[in-house]
Amino acid sequence: MTFLTQLLNGLQLGSIYALVALGYTMVYGIILLLNFAHGDIIMVGAYISWIVMAKLGMNPAIAVILSVAGCTLLGVLIDKVAYAPLRNAPRLSILITAIGVSYFLENGAQLVFGADAKVVPPYIGVSNIKVAGMSLSLNAILTIVVTAISTAVLTFLVQKTKLGKAMRAVSEDMGAARLMGINVNTTISFTFALGSALAGIGAVLYSMAYSQATPTMGIMLGTKAFVAAVLGGIGSIPGAVIGGLLVGFAEVFVSALGLSVWKDAVVFLLLIIVLIVKPTGILGRTMSEKV
Amino acid sequence: MEELKNEEKPIITAGAPKGSRPRKTISVGKRYIINTVLVVLFLAIGDMMVGQGIITRYQTSVLEQVGIYIIMAVSLNIATGYLGQLPLGHAGFMSVGGYSCAIFIMRMMPAFGVTMRDFVLGTPAASLLFVIGLVFGGICAAICGVIIGIPALRLKGDYLAIITLGFAEIIRVVMLNIDGVVGFELTGGAKGLTGIPSYTNFLNTFVVVVISLFLIHTMMKSRHGRAILSIRDNEIAAEASGVNTTYYKTLAFVVSAFFAGIGGGLYAGCIGVMAPAKFGFMKSIEILVMVVLGGMGSMLGSVLSATFLTILPEALRAFADYRMVVYAVVLILVMIFRPQGLLGTYDFSLGNVLEKIANREFPWKKSASAEEVE
Amino acid sequence: MANNISRRDLFKASGATALGLGVASLISACGSGSGSDAAISGKTLKVGLMGPYSGDVAQYGLAVRNGAKLYVKQFNKKGGTKSGKKISLVVQDEKGDATEAVNVYQKMVEDNVVGIIGDVTSTPSIAVAQESVNDNMPLVTASATAADFIKYGKNAFRACYTDPYQGKLMADFAKKQGYKTVCTIYNSGGDYEKGVNDAFVKEAKKKGLAVATQESYSQGDVDFKAQLANIIAKKPDAVLSPNYYQDDGKIVTQARELGYKGVFLGADGWANIVGGDEDYASGKDLEGCFYDTSFVSANDDERVQQFIKDYKAEYKSDPTNFCALGYDAAKILLTAVDKVDKAGAKDYEDFKQKVIDTIAKDKIEGVTGTIKFAGTGDPVKSTLIIGFKDGKEYIETTM
Repeated sequence: MTFLTQLLNGLQLGSIYALVALGYTMVYGIILLLNFAHGDIIMVGAYISWIVMAKLGMNPAIAVILSVAGCTLLGVLIDKVAYAPLRNAPRLSILITAIGVSYFLENGAQLVFGADAKVVPPYIGVSNIKVAGMSLSLNAILTIVVTAISTAVLTFLVQKTKLGKAMRAVSEDMGAARLMGINVNTTISFTFALGSALAGIGAVLYSMAYSQATPTMGIMLGTKAFVAAVLGGIGSIPGAVIGGLLVGFAEVFVSALGLSVWKDAVVFLLLIIVLIVKPTGILGRTMSEKV
Repeated sequence: MEELKNEEKPIITAGAPKGSRPRKTISVGKRYIINTVLVVLFLAIGDMMVGQGIITRYQTSVLEQVGIYIIMAVSLNIATGYLGQLPLGHAGFMSVGGYSCAIFIMRMMPAFGVTMRDFVLGTPAASLLFVIGLVFGGICAAICGVIIGIPALRLKGDYLAIITLGFAEIIRVVMLNIDGVVGFELTGGAKGLTGIPSYTNFLNTFVVVVISLFLIHTMMKSRHGRAILSIRDNEIAAEASGVNTTYYKTLAFVVSAFFAGIGGGLYAGCIGVMAPAKFGFMKSIEILVMVVLGGMGSMLGSVLSATFLTILPEALRAFADYRMVVYAVVLILVMIFRPQGLLGTYDFSLGNVLEKIANREFPWKKSASAEEVE
Repeated sequence: MANNISRRDLFKASGATALGLGVASLISACGSGSGSDAAISGKTLKVGLMGPYSGDVAQYGLAVRNGAKLYVKQFNKKGGTKSGKKISLVVQDEKGDATEAVNVYQKMVEDNVVGIIGDVTSTPSIAVAQESVNDNMPLVTASATAADFIKYGKNAFRACYTDPYQGKLMADFAKKQGYKTVCTIYNSGGDYEKGVNDAFVKEAKKKGLAVATQESYSQGDVDFKAQLANIIAKKPDAVLSPNYYQDDGKIVTQARELGYKGVFLGADGWANIVGGDEDYASGKDLEGCFYDTSFVSANDDERVQQFIKDYKAEYKSDPTNFCALGYDAAKILLTAVDKVDKAGAKDYEDFKQKVIDTIAKDKIEGVTGTIKFAGTGDPVKSTLIIGFKDGKEYIETTM
């Protein structure tokens, strides 16, 4: 019983990490940028939900739609304002800009909403369902299902549609893609939109599970998800999911063993070991470097 | 990427017009003398002003922090500006240095027969303990640097950034929980290490600053320094030219960690309390911002921005709420409009400036030679 | 080889130093502190008030500030001290950072304050306490519960009670309620949480209660289900969650989600879990839980109700535990300052010493109970155990 509960916990936590990790992976795959602000986009999504439901008293469905839309817009906006001017700058500069954006969002949120946590009202009324005599958390099941669907849709978009093809082309070779008549900027914007929409979904699932929004909530979540993305092999969609689940399970089982204080250390240790053994992550492709 | 710094220009008569008198130069020895005299003068005047109360206690406290952050920024600059990597775990080294230095000094006080009061009075035994403690802190941080550097430096760019971040987090978690594991009081856990004697003062902080700057500077001007710079400019080309890149990357990383440890040791003595929570990711970013703003690869840039960014929030207490937001915006703007930082890789050399003045090469007189010197 | 190297310019350093010197002389031009004895003879007496007013622990600092400011305002409105001196507050933000706290403290010393209300959170408070010993500066904290705060000198006092005291108290209460098996879940990254937990466990064991498991989590965690599942498997009568209200809210909610029906016990970090701007857990989930605190708005005490009325009139919101403690901290300090001002002091140093002596002997009727210092900086005061019924707080008992 306890084991099953823990398994479900791990799956739920892992799913949220996976969803966030997907956003990291996509952006990295296309412009080789570690989007440090990704975790903070989730934070903004959670606050949108809070405003819509707690302050304006509107329907949870509207909150979900606005959160996802808001995150999508924010993601594209960040790309246009902060990253686009630096397309040809050294990688380090863009990375530092990303850190700057993340810093800005966190401190901006603190300024606007204060440091105290805001409570996001429940999206759904029921919290538990009974299956075969066991009380299961509906949140957990919903989280897992939504993540699975999102991943499937994403895979379809990337593999089967024209835009997906363009994305893959741009990530392969930006210059050649441009020569082939692909609008690189649109494709990059689309990637950001897609990644941020996933962050929006992640924000909703997160608020559903943990019901609080704080300005700094994106830091740890973003870092863990990023670790997940790197673990799985950054740039790879199945890799992000595997990485996310791995991190989720690792955390839950370390906590279940009563070693929760070492949880963060274990996650990072896992990352370090994987990177040392396989420097591009579990499913990552090795890239040769040219002079 | 920037070109290699033009340090290796012949000192004498490089671009002097034909037929004119030879360009006046200042010999290396003289340069040393001028600089040493100025440093001693500065320290003496500063110390006197502190002693007389012209610089008040509050200002002294801020100045000590300026000194500490100068060391932090300049040491990070070795890894970021000179080596061209992006470690995000500098605060981890700072905390290792701070904790080990403070614990060492606190445990060794009875052995040296030193009391809390002796640090304020500056007795010889206390000074000796201070120096040993600081070096001990630096060495502990350097050892961590080796442990982290060897695996981390196999990775590139973003991977290196995240793995150093990971290591720093591990350091933080260890500092927080090690007491329960080793079974005796070491770091004080969550409540922090308290009761650290205030062994940091204005004079010893700036003596350490000067020594650190000097050591880092001479290292960067040496064969080893040039090897490190060559890795930044093109790692593969450097390797092809016979530079042992693994060795030099680790060296730069470890030296960076060592000085961060020294900075941490001073910090512990300045504040009197060490708590693991203060050495998270945010602290690393704060130091990185100093380096980036000043210009990656410019020591003067790091010094100036560390000074500026430490004093500014004190000066702007009234606008404290907006400080962090402004920080972030400035960081983004600098990256967009001046990705190499405010000073780029420019470095200030008093000797060169004096030489230019002696030769009447002023910035507004754009002669051929002046252009080359830039 | 070494000689060929053009290590010309050691002068990064002189750049730094020249600049440092410039800055130093610039700021020192703004005047240095002299005539500290004038500090006690003028028309106003300066009192310092420090805390985090921005940053991630700002909520506590701001609450304390509101409470303290309210008392000072009332004090001045009544005409100030008996000899007619007004109190002027020197308010400084330290952002929850020990470095800034030390800077702020030095600044206040230069302002010749006769006492300081602060600091708010533990680490900066200890840093300030260590510094203040040398100056013999009267220090009254509203909320720093860390045991070490008063360890360094006789000049430090607190209006709140300590972590160990609360842990012991809740263990007593658990025994009284007849619980047999208890578990705990606490933030191992916080000294407050860990302090309460350790004292609780020690006392509970002494009293013969079975502590089935102690689960911990790290600062910033949001998912406690793994630990809670372990706890539930032990079938405890009560679970101690001695954390701050934001975490407690999540812990209670997630535990209920996992099907835990028993009691939660908390410490004064729970104050504010409901009834403030936000409700961090639903009334249904909190039903039957208990925590200890010194202030609650559900208290019929006349002083408390008057304070709530005044506070509402001033800030248009309900006071929290931290506000009340800030109010009382200000009251402790100003009452002593008033007495010393009346009795007279030789000079500035003597004034501070007398303030310290007075506080140590004083008995203050505060809104968080009667506060008396028995030879140490720790107060002796009564404690309320608060329970939840139908989503409302009520006073279960006074201990």
